[in-house]
Amino acid sequence: MNPTTTAFLTDSTLCIGCKACEVACKEWNGLSGDGLNWSGHSYDNTGGFGHSTWRHVKFVEGSPQPGFGGNAAEHFSWEFSSDVCKHCEVAGCLEACPTGSIVRTEFGGVFIQPDVCNGCGYCVVACPFGVVERDRQDGRVFKCTFCYDRQKVGLEPACAKACPTESIKFGRLDILQLDARERLKELKSRGMHDAQVYDPQDTSVEGIHALFIVRGDPSQYNLPPKPEVPTTYLKAGWTGSAVAAGILLFGSILAFLGSARQ
Amino acid sequence: MSDPHQRPTPEHADWARENRLFEIRREAEKKGRVEAVGIRPAGAPFPLASPETGYYGIPLLKKPPWKWQIPLYFFVGGAAGSTAVIGATARWMGRDRALARDCRYIAAAGTALSTALLVSDLGRPARFLAMMRVFKKQSPMSVGAWTLAIFGTFSAAAAFAEMFERSFPSLPIRVMGDLAEGVSALAGLPFSNYTGVLIGASVVPVWNENVGSLPLHFGMSGLNSAVSILELMGHNHRALNTLGMGASAIETVEGYSIETSSKAAMDPLRRGASGLITRIGGVLSGPLPLALRVAAAFAGSRRSRKLRKAAAASSIAGSMLTRIAWLRAGHVSAANWRLPLEG
Repeated sequence: MNPTTTAFLTDSTLCIGCKACEVACKEWNGLSGDGLNWSGHSYDNTGGFGHSTWRHVKFVEGSPQPGFGGNAAEHFSWEFSSDVCKHCEVAGCLEACPTGSIVRTEFGGVFIQPDVCNGCGYCVVACPFGVVERDRQDGRVFKCTFCYDRQKVGLEPACAKACPTESIKFGRLDILQLDARERLKELKSRGMHDAQVYDPQDTSVEGIHALFIVRGDPSQYNLPPKPEVPTTYLKAGWTGSAVAAGILLFGSILAFLGSARQ
Repeated sequence: MSDPHQRPTPEHADWARENRLFEIRREAEKKGRVEAVGIRPAGAPFPLASPETGYYGIPLLKKPPWKWQIPLYFFVGGAAGSTAVIGATARWMGRDRALARDCRYIAAAGTALSTALLVSDLGRPARFLAMMRVFKKQSPMSVGAWTLAIFGTFSAAAAFAEMFERSFPSLPIRVMGDLAEGVSALAGLPFSNYTGVLIGASVVPVWNENVGSLPLHFGMSGLNSAVSILELMGHNHRALNTLGMGASAIETVEGYSIETSSKAAMDPLRRGASGLITRIGGVLSGPLPLALRVAAAFAGSRRSRKLRKAAAASSIAGSMLTRIAWLRAGHVSAANWRLPLEG
């Protein structure tokens, strides 16, 4: 593996839901705020990724669980997890981009060059993680840059720098993959048997550069169990297109041939 | 000391609540713990995140960002691409020069309108040129943009040659016009149906579920509207009717397979507003024009013509509605949080 390939490891067991990462991301990248509007979904006022929301702290408020909150039956179980663009090994957005605006950086991240993006919006429907969004006013799409500007000068991304509990770790991908395994072992030895690493390597995405340690089913964090790159559908699509073109061409020829004989 | 299992007796007691306390005690004694969830305040149950409800049921995927221009572009592009193929075939087989001429004009007008619609969705003209920076075969958007560029260039050249030649007949112009027409027809073959691949190769469940059949569906929809536009312009060639019949027949089969599929991803094509538009569009472009054209075959010549015009009008409306329906269905499908979280 390329030693300059960097990654995030976001450990939800360490996250305290302070949203320092969201704020740091917005301030460093000059993004507009999301407003302090209650969504009705726990303390999550952000809801999901957007063109101006590149880090998203999830508040997974689960049913009461024995052993949580003393014995009080009405107390909920809590998990926090700071979500981010996965910077996929095979990125749907990058494959789909018709302008070459979306590129792979020397750090292995997926970067949208804002001066090249023409706002066609095809990457939006090509991202299996729902990360990319078009800004209606601007017309172009935006997402996490993996702080390409900071990494260029040897700094860690703003979110990782601001995280007070080191829930967001930043480093070399290969090392963080080992760290994740070590951390999982440690958590299990401490009785957190439902902890797991989210890194869908056996899908067409072929792995991600933003790993997550979560407790319980990743689907309750909106992490899809089988993310697929849409290029996997191309073969079936173009075969269908060739069939349709053949029917159109030979249909036309036959129709004009047949009409001549009458 | 009183017996705790004895029911309370004071007159002012709230019997329901007292009995509830009694039940809790019985449960605690029996099981060693009480499983009740406590008081649920007004508005409860509150949304919870769980494997059953996902992340509060907030959709994982983003909705397609396209505006009204895109379904219209799908319609115009599909019709223009098919028209070029029909026109070139009509000319090469020496059948109907007037038909071939109008096909050149329609194809050229279609590309101008297509480009305008795309530019309108992008925001400003220079943005369309960014598509011409690179060619990426793994991106249907890139393949489509280049197909449009080639198709547009040669369709416009063919139409220009046609116009020029009528006033100043000259052999080189005619040869170049015919060549341009040929290239335009070749590009028209993929141009008439690539939009099916475009939306099929996406993460939107209802689209990628149908990636294999969408190009044929959109292609036949385009062919149907192309012959219908030509018929409404007054062309009465038998081949047009035959093509319209074939396209309607294939659209009927497509509509039938949508209606009979039992997959959850197909629901937006059958339920709600998007389902209604799909159904209306399907009937207008499949069985209705097919029946009208079959009826026309058995009717007298005046009546037959009327029936075919009705079939043409129905096909055009159906083709337009079909494109709107598929994009709406995509919106509904992307908002479904459940499908992408299933294994």
